[in-house]
Amino acid sequence: MDSRNFQFMFYGFTAAWLIVFVYVVTLVRRGSRLRAELKRQDALSERSGRHPLS
Amino acid sequence: MRDKFAYALATLGAIVLVRNLYLIFMVMPDEANQGMIYRLLYFHVPAWWTAFIAVGLSAIFSGLYLAKKNLRYDAMAVSVTEVALVFLTMGIVLGSIWGRIIWGVWWVWDARLTSALICVLLYAGYLMLRRSIEEPSQRARISAVFSLFAFVDVPIVWFSIRWWRTQHPQPMQLPPEMWHTLLWNWFGMALLTAALVLIRLDQEETDRKVQSMRHLAQFAYRS
Repeated sequence: MDSRNFQFMFYGFTAAWLIVFVYVVTLVRRGSRLRAELKRQDALSERSGRHPLS
Repeated sequence: MRDKFAYALATLGAIVLVRNLYLIFMVMPDEANQGMIYRLLYFHVPAWWTAFIAVGLSAIFSGLYLAKKNLRYDAMAVSVTEVALVFLTMGIVLGSIWGRIIWGVWWVWDARLTSALICVLLYAGYLMLRRSIEEPSQRARISAVFSLFAFVDVPIVWFSIRWWRTQHPQPMQLPPEMWHTLLWNWFGMALLTAALVLIRLDQEETDRKVQSMRHLAQFAYRS
């Protein structure tokens, strides 16, 4: 019981941290994609001489 | 400014949670009947508490959106719901692993587990629903109604162990030092949740800015 107990406790803690880690990675990737997109939109507007939000 | 505050909260939350890991593994004794597997409780219970507070906030922001039609409330609702789903998933996965040792099975279809699974599916459905609607105000309105509908399941999950006879245990009487560690872990998770929500909210606002720039640019180029 004790070795299985330890094994499953290890699975549990790994799963808990893994779920948070995967979400943080998703957030970071989405953040960089959005920043790149914002930069691209800014560059497009400047090139056309009309900034849409100005 | 908000970014720095979010990173400070995340760092503080991480410090609290790592310190708690030391307490959980090195200081807390094994539970008399369950042995060491009971330690999953220190994450399972606070994960559900955190998730329920987050979905409660989501319901409040959704109600505020329907009352005031301000898209900022919609951004807040989606941010807290997404983070809530992380903790709902954590709660259900940890519970299942704990059940495999204590009950001998990964899953039972009792009222608590079934209503909890429905809760996870409802909030996953909320996020999927949002992806399927293009127009922002229509998306916000339908999502807000769906969020309020999904929240009906939360009291059912919470009270299911009192209303029906379930395999899931009743709330345990913990010794004070175990309560202390459990509450500290909840505090750490709450800090982490606040940080993740702030970062997600920032992204939602950036996304909205990008979308409006796109639309205005299209409109400007056409005219």
